[in-house]
Amino acid sequence: MTMRQNKGQAGSAALPAPMDDAPMDDAAMDDAAGEDAAMDDAAGDSAASAASTPATDSVVRALRDDLDTGFAELFSAYQGLMFTAALRLCGRWADAEDLTAEAFLRAYRALCGYEPDRIAELRPRAWLIKILMNVWRNSRRTDARKPPPAPLDDAPDPVDPREGVEATAVRRETGGELAELLSRLPDDQRTAVVLRHVVDLPIADIAAVLDMPQGTVKSNISRGLRRLRTLSAPAATAAPAATATDTAPTSTSNATHASTGGAR
Amino acid sequence: MMMTTNSTNSNHDPLLTELAGLTAAPPAGLLDRVVARWVRVPGPIGDLSVAFTDQGIAYVRLDDADSADSADSGAPTGFADPSAPTGFADDFRRRFARPLLPADRPPAGLVPALRSGKTNDLKFDLRGLTAFQTDVLRAARTIPKGQIRPYAWIAEQIGRPKAVRAVGSALAHNPVPVLIPCHRVTRSDGAVGEYVFGSSAKERLLRAENVDLDEIRSLAGRHVFYIGSDTTGVVCFPTCHNARRITPGHRHGFRTLTEAERAGYRPCRSCRPGVPRPA
Repeated sequence: MTMRQNKGQAGSAALPAPMDDAPMDDAAMDDAAGEDAAMDDAAGDSAASAASTPATDSVVRALRDDLDTGFAELFSAYQGLMFTAALRLCGRWADAEDLTAEAFLRAYRALCGYEPDRIAELRPRAWLIKILMNVWRNSRRTDARKPPPAPLDDAPDPVDPREGVEATAVRRETGGELAELLSRLPDDQRTAVVLRHVVDLPIADIAAVLDMPQGTVKSNISRGLRRLRTLSAPAATAAPAATATDTAPTSTSNATHASTGGAR
Repeated sequence: MMMTTNSTNSNHDPLLTELAGLTAAPPAGLLDRVVARWVRVPGPIGDLSVAFTDQGIAYVRLDDADSADSADSGAPTGFADPSAPTGFADDFRRRFARPLLPADRPPAGLVPALRSGKTNDLKFDLRGLTAFQTDVLRAARTIPKGQIRPYAWIAEQIGRPKAVRAVGSALAHNPVPVLIPCHRVTRSDGAVGEYVFGSSAKERLLRAENVDLDEIRSLAGRHVFYIGSDTTGVVCFPTCHNARRITPGHRHGFRTLTEAERAGYRPCRSCRPGVPRPA
């Protein structure tokens, strides 16, 4: 374990971005951790608890004790979260697997270079999501140079090949429609909505992860939610906000179906 | 789980509840795309530590060599499994930058392959090697158990006849020795040559495969590097199974292949002396 025995003076990197050109602002993160209760009452509780839940503590402690067994714990604690986020962001099952695996591998490689103090200060959830976002962005940057195999909309909720037929049917009925609507949002809004309401990350952390002001994040979330409500209004799922827009539900539905092919 | 703990005021909004319910269970084998596993298996000259990924076997070390190396490498307290050789784990991490966890069982086919010496069906994870290194290892894989070839033979087989020294260093960096039999590549002067685990380990490995090194050395001392049969007119490497069954009365030694060809012999199609591998 020689790589983790050098006790340097650890910088106060609460949420370090290991391999990216846009490193996270430490001060902003520290502020965010203290402020989020006031900044965003919806996210406040989970943010305060996310930093110090027993689960988080045990993962971080395990990482400090032994990197490899600690990594296994980190993986089992956060793989569901990471995979969900990846799937809802990129929309394809196979891509989500690749993204998640790649993000965890990068996380491990970053951890190899961290001093014990830095690992102790780690807030794994936001840190892992940040890595995932970087991997996703980089992969899209490389993919942009090749012609895409199929537009994102064509495969909004692909089927896990290992999933049973019944389970697929059930999931299709519940999550499928919404996942499909989600994939029609613009990237900014979808990212913000997924991170806030699917991954349940506090606003402050999303702002840090995306390198955006909190206000921008909030407006992206609310625009995204409004658009989701508009899109789902014709499906008549009794969303309360739909009342404001149901003056012309049929025209919305027509517009929606007409734009299925090209909307992003 | 924590992703479903949306805060109080969002519980009333069906859209937010539905969004929070958009969780997806990750596929079962996801961890093994990230981590490598290690296992200890009995090998021909002592136990082997073997690390493998979902792609195949990635790293092999002899346990004896590790215990000698790691004796002075600091406190081995950190590793979870007390029987895991720390030198092996550290080397693996330095080389592959992947987490290494203990495996429940060896990869499919490894134990029978080690017992029989037929390692041709094993899958290897050779990502991270150059194309040249991969070519060299692929050529080395074709050498049958109990036979040896000179370094220059590998160079010829991969179509780089002048890269003999480069072949040597590519073999020296073979991440999966024993399983890809780089120990079957030896110097043409009869010495076994260098090896990842030291040349004495190489000699032990070859003797365990019934290579008659003493005979090879005595032949080399008489400058005999090829053996031909005057009944078939075929010339072989001395360890080729076709060469070993030539009765003493019909054996003829040659110093070079050209000498043999001038005497009317053709190269053996099994051990392919001087013949590039068919494409």
